[in-house]
Amino acid sequence: MDLATQYLLKLFVAGRSARTEQAIANLRGLCEGEFPGNYELVIIDVLLQPAIAEAMKILATPTLIKEGPLPVRRIIGDFSDKEKVLAGIGLLAR
Amino acid sequence: MFTHIPNYPQIEKIETGILGFDLISSGGLPKGRTTLVSGTAGSAKTLFAVQFLAEGILRSGDTGVFVTFEEEPADIRRNVKSLGWDIETWEAAGKWLFVDASPEPGEDQVESGRYDLGALLARIEHAVARIGAARLSMDSLGAIFAQFRDAAIVRSELFRIAYVLRQLKVTSIMTSERTQEYGEIGRFGVEEFVADNVVILRNVLEDEKRRRTMEILKYRGTSHQKGEFPFTIVSGRGILAMPLSAMELNQKSSNVRISSGNDELDAMCGGGFFRDSIILASGATGTGKTLITTEFLNGGAKHGERCLLFAFEESREQLFRNAEGWGIDFETMEASGLLKVVCAYPEAASLEDHLIEMKDIIENFKPDRIAVDSLSAMERVATPRGFREFVISLTSFIKHQEVAGLFTSTTPTLMGGVSVTETHISTLTDSIILLRYVETNGSMRRGLTVLKMRGSIHDKDILEFTIDSSGMHLGAPFLHVTGILAGNPRDASFGSHIE
Repeated sequence: MDLATQYLLKLFVAGRSARTEQAIANLRGLCEGEFPGNYELVIIDVLLQPAIAEAMKILATPTLIKEGPLPVRRIIGDFSDKEKVLAGIGLLAR
Repeated sequence: MFTHIPNYPQIEKIETGILGFDLISSGGLPKGRTTLVSGTAGSAKTLFAVQFLAEGILRSGDTGVFVTFEEEPADIRRNVKSLGWDIETWEAAGKWLFVDASPEPGEDQVESGRYDLGALLARIEHAVARIGAARLSMDSLGAIFAQFRDAAIVRSELFRIAYVLRQLKVTSIMTSERTQEYGEIGRFGVEEFVADNVVILRNVLEDEKRRRTMEILKYRGTSHQKGEFPFTIVSGRGILAMPLSAMELNQKSSNVRISSGNDELDAMCGGGFFRDSIILASGATGTGKTLITTEFLNGGAKHGERCLLFAFEESREQLFRNAEGWGIDFETMEASGLLKVVCAYPEAASLEDHLIEMKDIIENFKPDRIAVDSLSAMERVATPRGFREFVISLTSFIKHQEVAGLFTSTTPTLMGGVSVTETHISTLTDSIILLRYVETNGSMRRGLTVLKMRGSIHDKDILEFTIDSSGMHLGAPFLHVTGILAGNPRDASFGSHIE
């Protein structure tokens, strides 16, 4: 396994609603399709851990922060627009 | 009584501690509600938002949360230090908490599908709970609209935040930008629907002079003063509003007479001025206004009264020399602590700042009588409207102190006429003394008349007066001259002939 392409993803959600679950499902599907098994996804519920949201300056939910590989990128929304997510992560270079 | 309106449910308010605003708003901000504070760039919105929290901490022990969408907390901390507010200390003491929602520089954010501001709401709720906040400020809405593409989402989320704050019983302020001083309330056209209450801050350039005002546009279900009220920003104190109509006309009037400092003038006024009255002495330059002022102060000091003079035309040296020339010793009066002379150039500050300075001096010195020579000098540094507000505010303040005030006003023409000062002040003053040049048979003489003396009989003659080394001396009436007050004296002695 090539560690340089290991994706470190942090997903901030507000509670576990149906919409939250949909967003998580969208993201997982996308990751499995593009870099199966080669990513770490941490889910943080801002209702339970508001201090982390404060420290990371999160406003919108869902917010995805791609911490690795660099550069750090932020994507907000429910990841229903796959192209945009991939462009945001840096997989689709334009 | 007009103050009590039955069956009118009053919403509870909390005093902001912002001087003047609490008067205009009839008691402060509606408790547990959100108020929108809208203004153009540079209208002191952020200051208002900061001061609302600062005064809460300093005056009522209220803790506060500051949500910043625009400036970074470090900038805000630094910017308000000069006003005497040490946010860092308050943060350490758990009285102030920032929710930092300022944009991350250089980080662009991709939007993919639906989102809401759930994280922001969670952070706000968390912050409020952590310090038990009673007050909250959000600054500013424009900056959060700028961070997201979908304005509709931001709008509905602001509704949700306002709703949650209400549930939490937090009294809050949201600031918002406007692009013009008179026009729609906010840039996004939705702000006023987010909040029940709307306050507008203005910073208008009027005849090359900056004029700051505040206006309460909407205060749902609760009373407030209508219209624009001027305010100023004072170092160490922040925003200070000067409500005029909010001042109550409940000054006591007394029947105690005080000496004008001139026995003959006292006699003309039916025994002197009233103790709690405002007297206006008006005349062209050189007619004796400063002399009347000087005698007025001397008359006070003679009876052990504390006298305060605001001089806007002449220097200290000139004033003392003038007084000496009329046989009055200002030096001794000052040494005994009965006289305080404050000289200032009208141009040195804005009228609002002058007013605050004057009020401070009056409150500290606690005079028994106050003279302003001349009030009309202040016309130079303000718009007619600003000047009117200044005069009304100063008059009300002095009347509130229940002391005697003598203002002088210089008329623009030598031979009579009316000054702006007179127009604005004549109905507010209790007495008016007119000083006029009278040209007769090739010589210039001086005349004095008491035009108005509220609540008293007075001499209605126009008396000739002379000035010598012992002051002013009233003589006989001008019997055969008419048109003196109009500045057009004519010989009225039809039967007489020139010798």
